[in-house]
Amino acid sequence: MKELALNILDIAQNSIAAGANQIAIAVRESVAADRLTISVKDNGCGMEPEFLAKVTDPFTTTRKTRKVGMGIPLLKMEAEMSGGELRIESEKGKGTSLTACFKRSHIDRPPLGDVAGTFMVLIQGAPNLEFTYTRETDRGAFQFSTAQVRALLDGVPLSEPDVLAWIRGYVEEGESGVL
Amino acid sequence: MKSLEDLKKIREEMQQKINIRTGDENRTRVVVGMATCGIAAGARPVLAALVDEVSRRKLQQVTVTQTGCIGVCRLEPIIEVLEPGKEKVTYVKVTEEKVKKIVSEHLANGRVVEEYTIGAAE
Ligand SMILES: Nc1ncnc2c1ncn2[C@@H]1O[C@H](COP(=O)(O)OP(=O)(O)O)[C@@H](O)[C@H]1O
Ligand SMILES: [Mg+2]
Repeated sequence: MKELALNILDIAQNSIAAGANQIAIAVRESVAADRLTISVKDNGCGMEPEFLAKVTDPFTTTRKTRKVGMGIPLLKMEAEMSGGELRIESEKGKGTSLTACFKRSHIDRPPLGDVAGTFMVLIQGAPNLEFTYTRETDRGAFQFSTAQVRALLDGVPLSEPDVLAWIRGYVEEGESGVL
Repeated sequence: MKSLEDLKKIREEMQQKINIRTGDENRTRVVVGMATCGIAAGARPVLAALVDEVSRRKLQQVTVTQTGCIGVCRLEPIIEVLEPGKEKVTYVKVTEEKVKKIVSEHLANGRVVEEYTIGAAE
């Protein structure tokens, strides 16, 4: 993937497919510690330990037509090529938490890219789920939650284009406040 | 700055418009493939451009939705246009530029952009 924000989109699609109704996305970046960590946590169907052991291997997927489920193995490879690693914790019936960390200054680390765009697209596709987004840097943290916006919208769907455009802009501005 | 006040204004405008929507059976659906293959090929900006264009042109009868893998990974990003009573149209290797034309020609004026369809690509 050209941007880590696209991996985030892809990984969060797994959470949606797993039937989650709460998905927490976080990007934590520290220049001091030379770390960049992205995480996606959901309360979806989770995975059995045996299955979990196999999902990072590109020759496993639940899809029958195509043998290779690529999303997780791809992110794992990107993390490992940038001096980092991928961790997944999952419990059947409870949910899944995926964390990919990168050595921030590593030459092979993909750029973070447009997380606000990813966030907007996720909400467009699943406007009834609750998403949170946390962006943390050495300078501070920005947090956004769809639940807060939903309460303010009083029945107007989050999938309305004007609402989506507002969310995108709000997240972009909020993030730039901690950069 | 985008503020929560702006959001409240949007809410008030929307609450007035929302009841005058076209019924589901008469809506045009535009489906974007958003599996790993689609995302890697550029489906995210394509989807964002679609949402923007449809809203800018106030095409109230159009719904933009997302789906998984449409099946021909090498032709991603792929979008399908499903109009009631018409045959499905599949556009392949879609870009933000192509989206503008698909929206102005096909969605707004009913003229299929043949050169971008899967038929023209194969
Ligand atoms: N958050 C999750 N919750 C439950 N199952 C998951 C989750 N993420 C991944 N999986 C399982 O792991 C499989 C592999 O995921 P992935 O590598 O993204 O490939 P794909 O989504 O194309 O199948 C999925 O098909 C799904 O069965
Ligand atoms: Mg996946």
